[in-house]
Amino acid sequence: MGEPGFRPDGTWVGADVPRREDPRLLAGRGRFVDDITLPRMLHAAFVRSTEAHARVTAVDLSEVREVPGVVAAFDAADLGLADITALLDRPAEEFTPTSMPVLARDKVRYVGEPLAVVVATDPYAAEDGVEAAVVEYDPLDPVVTEAAALAAAGTPVHDEAPGNVLVDVSLFATEGIDEVFAAASASAGDVVVTVEANTGRQNALPLETRGVVADWDDRDEQLLVRTCTQVPHQVRTVLARCAGLDEKQVRVTVPDMGGGFGQKCVVGREEIAAAAAARRLRRPVKWIEDRREALTASFLAREQHYTARAAFSADGRILALDTDVVCDMGAYSCYPFTAGIEPLMASAEMPGVYRVPAYRVRGRAVTTNKAPTAPYRGVSRPQYVMVMERLMERAARELGLDAVEVRRRNVITEFPYRGINNVTYDPGSYLESLDLCEQVLRDEGWLSRSGRDRDGRMIGIGFSCFSERTGYGSGAFAQRKMQVVPGFDISQITMDLDGTVTVTTGTLSHGQSHETTFAQIVADRLGIGYDKVKIVQGDTDRITYGWGSFASRSVTIGGSAAAAASVKLGDQLRSIAAHLAGVDIDSTRLDGRGGVRAGDHTYPFAELADVAYLRAHLLPKDVGPGLTATASFDVGGDGTFSNATHGCVVALDPGTGGVEILRYVCVEDCGVAIHPRVVEGQARGGIAQGIAGALFEQVTYDELGQPLAPSFMEYKVPTAAEIPDVRIEHLETPCAFTADGAKGAGEGGTIGAPAAVLNAVNDALRHTGVELDATPIPRAAIFAALSLEEAS
Amino acid sequence: MKPATFTYHRASSVRDAVGLLSELAEEEPKLLAGGQSLVAMMNYRMARPGHLVDITHVPGLAGIRRSTGDDGRAILRIGALTTHRAVEKADLGPEFAVLSRAMRWVGHLPIRTRGTVGGSIAHADATAEWCLLAVLLDARIVAEGPAGRREIGAGEFFLGPFTTALEPDEVIVEIVFDRPAPRAALTEYADRRGDFAVVAAGADLDTGSVVLGGVATVPQLVRAAGTPDEIADALDLRDEPGVPAAYRRGLARTLVARARAEAAATTEEDSNG
Repeated sequence: MGEPGFRPDGTWVGADVPRREDPRLLAGRGRFVDDITLPRMLHAAFVRSTEAHARVTAVDLSEVREVPGVVAAFDAADLGLADITALLDRPAEEFTPTSMPVLARDKVRYVGEPLAVVVATDPYAAEDGVEAAVVEYDPLDPVVTEAAALAAAGTPVHDEAPGNVLVDVSLFATEGIDEVFAAASASAGDVVVTVEANTGRQNALPLETRGVVADWDDRDEQLLVRTCTQVPHQVRTVLARCAGLDEKQVRVTVPDMGGGFGQKCVVGREEIAAAAAARRLRRPVKWIEDRREALTASFLAREQHYTARAAFSADGRILALDTDVVCDMGAYSCYPFTAGIEPLMASAEMPGVYRVPAYRVRGRAVTTNKAPTAPYRGVSRPQYVMVMERLMERAARELGLDAVEVRRRNVITEFPYRGINNVTYDPGSYLESLDLCEQVLRDEGWLSRSGRDRDGRMIGIGFSCFSERTGYGSGAFAQRKMQVVPGFDISQITMDLDGTVTVTTGTLSHGQSHETTFAQIVADRLGIGYDKVKIVQGDTDRITYGWGSFASRSVTIGGSAAAAASVKLGDQLRSIAAHLAGVDIDSTRLDGRGGVRAGDHTYPFAELADVAYLRAHLLPKDVGPGLTATASFDVGGDGTFSNATHGCVVALDPGTGGVEILRYVCVEDCGVAIHPRVVEGQARGGIAQGIAGALFEQVTYDELGQPLAPSFMEYKVPTAAEIPDVRIEHLETPCAFTADGAKGAGEGGTIGAPAAVLNAVNDALRHTGVELDATPIPRAAIFAALSLEEAS
Repeated sequence: MKPATFTYHRASSVRDAVGLLSELAEEEPKLLAGGQSLVAMMNYRMARPGHLVDITHVPGLAGIRRSTGDDGRAILRIGALTTHRAVEKADLGPEFAVLSRAMRWVGHLPIRTRGTVGGSIAHADATAEWCLLAVLLDARIVAEGPAGRREIGAGEFFLGPFTTALEPDEVIVEIVFDRPAPRAALTEYADRRGDFAVVAAGADLDTGSVVLGGVATVPQLVRAAGTPDEIADALDLRDEPGVPAAYRRGLARTLVARARAEAAATTEEDSNG
């Protein structure tokens, strides 16, 4: 990369500079886990359960070990690893702890659950070995649906939870809420509207599946684990505990990653089993999840069932909100978040951008015989936003008001706002984004285009207005009573002899461009080119304990830590320059061109580094040798809220029930965008995933718990042909307490899209009287609704 | 998703391929003619051929030949290894332009670029475009076996799901279309572009025939077909996950009407152009 020089106003933040990652990625020179090949490396494959729910009476691997190419095969007893347990600090009536074994023993709880690991000289032989395993089952009645889980009729999924409920929390219940609903029902003008909504089970589906290459290093007495995780330190912690190693005996490194979306922010079982096998065999072991495993046996998300009602005054103001949400978390609680991740998020955040004066919520997590779940981009917010936005639309319909106007009357407009959910919202542009989104669609002529188009298709327009808490600090997670509180981040910055700097971050880019955006943040603090900043991430031996990247935390928390460390380093440089110039430190400043101005002198950083490292006798007494600074950052209070309004125009084909998205507009506000094109990329990708959930993707099972979508023929990931071009407009309400005023931008697209699409489809169905509240939206239901109308 | 062990053979001629199929008959040989379905099934170990006989290097099996029959009608011979993409790009004249137009429904560009006409017909998916077109246009499938070549009418070729009238040691050599269909069209519905159709329908206005895919285990040909309603109402359908019978029936009704409309519009375009 050439010398980018200095920007005229001296700032990198806000500029669409070339991405530091691009030269290698675009030229195919990135290095992903599967690109790593080590001498004597072996390949792992897993014997997986073919039953959804069964007692395991025997695992016989003797034939496996005879298969040509197979080097070893281990079951749970062979590896003797401790279980993975994730806990909440909640009483027994609210939370039932369960454990996930690394390899199943005694009992299996979903089809695809790993029972044994086979290690062979190539992946083909490893799969041959898997086929030679003999597992004997004593089948139990599978618990396949949330309804079956709650009915608790047969053998429970976990003995510890006889009713199949792992989490049952009622976080809020405003006193007198029943009276509010009763009064609204009795009043002539007020209305009470209800929504029963189901959202389908989804796979976050990173393009790069999960994977690991592990080997034991005798010289370092260390297990080296190269894996594509969003949370390297948590993998280290769990692996060390499972294998009975010291943390210092495990080093987790992360190469380039092809996405994670939350599926990789929990600790999986296969990487631990593969690493344990590598340690046992003293040979490198690689496991790359194949697409069938990814679709059937990886971490899933999103399957929720809402029963919600809201009371509205005659003039469209929300009076009360009452919700019951049941989240189908599958077979196990994930580490570190637990099965509480979805119900707690929904319960804590559902009122969203609206002034809700009375709120009651019950959130439950049930366990079923399906693959377990992990957080997925947005975590519950795509679903509860969808439910809130349906309530808004339904109230508008019943009250005979415009649905955008109803939102306008309810959105929070004065900040900071203390919500009914005990959350303080920092300033945002809820009303402004709503107005602008509507204006854009009006200017483009869409608002006048309802009814049928020339092909006889029904046109509908839908909106969604929402905010997204980003930068959850330790306090915010502690409020959820997580026992592991992933709040802070630590950065260390070191300047070398030539004045270039290396900065560590505990956050971890799995596609978000941290090498670019963090360099911009640091470069601004020190007044150097962003190409002079090297970002180190994803290596537990080189980085102080960090929490990785999820929940839109990287720039807000990690970026702020990097900024704080940079400021400290700048202060050190100024101290040295002041001493050399014989002036007070207050008479020095960074000159914005890679040096310190001290009195009449300018000291280039390289000159100060020369003193710091090579001529330490010249240093002031209170400054030690070397140039290193460390800083941490945590978000106090309730974090910072990004917000957006999405607008969607659809055309429904009465002859087929087919849906085409004609237009999609996103007006987003993530505070100050460090790199606007990166933000737009996040929005576009997120919207595509939201549309996927609204219209296409669903993980389905038959009544015995057998997966029905093991390939991309059945699991319908939308392609470029299904995803519309998206118009993105930016608003900017800076955050007052993060570096540069940035807010998180990672999840908003995914959050807003299902609601906007579903509302648009319902708008197009308005004349039929049919309302749909399930995703993915069944084309058969659209067809049936429009056929009724044609017939009448 | 790594296939089970198999032995790979590269056939040098059709005769060579037939010989290998006969010789290896006890060890489940399978022809590789593009691999767009077979290789995926092998990766899932749903197909486990002991031997893979690759015919993609056999000379003379790819290509489209147009000739004129004794009665002056155009005849089209499409070599078994001709790719969908080659047909899509070819100028087949107004008599057979329906084949080129229908190729837009076959998978995605990479699939059309590697997948072959003969491979698709031999695979015999009941919603595959080539199976439907062959049945609609009464094509004849030319197969070569140890005893030489024979022709099988498309109407007798598809016996069940992924099951054909081919003998285990026969190789499809070409497909012959000898009845011009200037007023024909194929259309489909799937939630995603490029997927196998939920329902596909073809119509030939000259013969009055309609073919439907996705409504039975083999392509359903209706000769002297009535109205879309009559055709759809006569289908024997069951509710399936996500696709109630009423929806499938409704799709059939819509798509028959649309195929006929497209066929009629195509004719107008040709006469105008």
